[in-house]
Amino acid sequence: MTPSQSKMLRNMAVLAVLIVLGLIMLVPLIWTVMLSLKSNGDLLRSTANAFHAPYTGENYTAILKNSQVLHWLMNSVIVSGLTTLGVLVLSSLAGYGFARLDFPGRDKLFLFVLFGLAIPEQAVIITRHQLFSALHLHNSFPGLILPGLAAPFGVFLMTQYFRAIPKELDEAALLDNASKFRVFWQVLLPLTIPAQATLGIFTFLSSWNDYWWPLISATRADMFTLTVGLASSQINFAQTSGLGYLMTQAVFASVPILIVYIIFQKYIVKAVSGAAVR
Amino acid sequence: MSITPHKKADWSNALFVAPFLFFYLFLLIYPLLSGMVLSLFKADLFGGREFVGLENFGRLLRDDIFLQAVGNTFWFVLLTVPPLTVIPLILALLLNRTTRVAAFFRGVFFSSSVLSVTIVTLIWRMILMADGGFITNVRAMFGLPAIPFLSDPNLVMVSMAIITVWWCLGLPMMLYLSALQQVPKDIYEAAALDNSDWLRTLFSITLPSVSRTVILVAIFEVVLQFQLFGQPQLITQGGPNGASRPIVLFIFEVGFRRWDIGYAAAASQILFAIILIATVVQYFVTRKGSK
Repeated sequence: MTPSQSKMLRNMAVLAVLIVLGLIMLVPLIWTVMLSLKSNGDLLRSTANAFHAPYTGENYTAILKNSQVLHWLMNSVIVSGLTTLGVLVLSSLAGYGFARLDFPGRDKLFLFVLFGLAIPEQAVIITRHQLFSALHLHNSFPGLILPGLAAPFGVFLMTQYFRAIPKELDEAALLDNASKFRVFWQVLLPLTIPAQATLGIFTFLSSWNDYWWPLISATRADMFTLTVGLASSQINFAQTSGLGYLMTQAVFASVPILIVYIIFQKYIVKAVSGAAVR
Repeated sequence: MSITPHKKADWSNALFVAPFLFFYLFLLIYPLLSGMVLSLFKADLFGGREFVGLENFGRLLRDDIFLQAVGNTFWFVLLTVPPLTVIPLILALLLNRTTRVAAFFRGVFFSSSVLSVTIVTLIWRMILMADGGFITNVRAMFGLPAIPFLSDPNLVMVSMAIITVWWCLGLPMMLYLSALQQVPKDIYEAAALDNSDWLRTLFSITLPSVSRTVILVAIFEVVLQFQLFGQPQLITQGGPNGASRPIVLFIFEVGFRRWDIGYAAAASQILFAIILIATVVQYFVTRKGSK
C-alpha cells in the first residue's frame, strides 16, 4: 500500500467513526422532533407510531395558542436580557477600575473577588433565599435578575481585557484633561467590544439555562422562566396524556437558544473556553 | 490638578468597582458567611433558632440518607469524569482539521451543550424510559425485552451518567481543540521528515503537548459534576429508594421541602469544602503551566 492510499484509508475510517458518534449525538434530538410531530392520541396508543406517518403540525399550532408558554418565553427574554445588560455594565466599570486606576487595597480586593469564582451556588442558596424572602423579592423580576449580577467571572474577564489595551491610549486622553469616566466611556470602552460580545453571550446563555435559582425563587406560574416552566410540565410526567405536546415544548424551548448558538458560534466557543480556564 | 491623576492612589477611583462590589458582598459573600453561621444552629423557617455547635455536622455523619447521597455523588463523578476527559479528547483529535466536514461535526458535538437541563432530561426520558422509550421500541423490533434504565437502582446512576456525558462533552472538546491548535506546526513537519508513523506522532508529540489540558478538563469536570442536581431531580426525584439522590438534591429537599435550614446549610458547607479543594488544585495546575 502506498502512503497516499493508507492516508485515504485512514481518512475514511475517521469519517466512519465520526458518522457513528454523530448519529448517537443526534438520535435523541431527532426522536424528540419525531414525537413532537405526532398527535397525542397516536402516541398514547404506542410511541412506536412515531416511526411512521401520519405526521401532523397540530402540537405546534397548539403551542402558539398557549399564552402560558409564550409568557414564560417573555419572562426568559426579560430576565436573561437584563441580567446580561447588568453584568456588562458592572463588569466593564469594575474591570476598568481594577486594571487602570489605583486606590488603597486594590490588589487585595481583586484577589477577594477572584475567590468568589470558587463559591458554588449551592453554598449560598439557603441564606440567599432567606434574604430575598425578607426583602419580598421572590416571584419578581428583580428577584430573578439580582443574583446573576454578583457573579465575579465578568469582572475577571474584563479586567484581563482592559489590562491588554496599551496604556498610551488613555494617558494621552488624560493629558488632554478628559475625566476618567470620559476616558473609560469614549476611548477604552469601544475597544472592548469583542470582550463584551463574549461575556454577553456567555451570560445570556447561562442565565437562559439557569434552573437552580428560578426553581427556588419563582414559585408562581406567572413568574416562571421557560426552563422552570418546562420543568413544571415535566414533573407530572406520569399523568400526562399530551406526550407529543410536551415534546413540542422541548423543541420550542430549544429553538431560540440553538439560533443564538448558530449565529454567535465563534463567540460562544471563546466564552465557554474562557470560563473553563479562568 | 496633577497631570496624571490616575497614577495616584485615590479613594475616588474605587467608585468604578463599588457598584459590582455592592452586589458581590450583598448577594454572594454575605449569604456565604451567614450560611456558615446558620450551619451551627438548629433553625426552621419560622424564626426558631437554637445554637447547637457542630451538632448538625454530627447529625449528617449519622444520617444514612446523607451518606447515601455522598456515596451516590462520588459514584456519579467516577462514572462521568473519565469519559468526559477521554471521549472529547478523541473527538478533538479526529476533528482538529480545517475542513467543512470537521466544522460540521464540531457543531454537532457541541450543540447539546447549549440546551438547558429541563430540555435534556425531557429528551432523554423519551430515550430511556422502559414504557415506550426509544430504546425499548428498537429492542422490541428484535423481540428483546425492555431495560429498566430508570427504575433499577443499579442502573439509574449509570443512566444519569450517560445523559450527562451526552450533554457535557462539547465544552471539553472545544478546550482540547484550542490546546491542539497551539502545538507548533514545525514539530509535526519534523516528525513527518523522520517518517514517524501517526501512532508514534500521537504518543510522542500530540498527547504530551496537551497533557496539561487533560488535567485541567478532569478537575473542571470534577467540580462541575459534584453539583449534579437537575437530571435526577427531574427524571427520578432521587429514586428508586434514593439510589439517584446526589448531595445537592439532599440540600434542596432538606432546605426547601422540610425547611430544616440549619441542617441544609451544614450539608452545603460540606459540598463547598469539596469544591473549594478541587478549585484550589485547579488554580495551582493552571498557574504552574502558564509560568
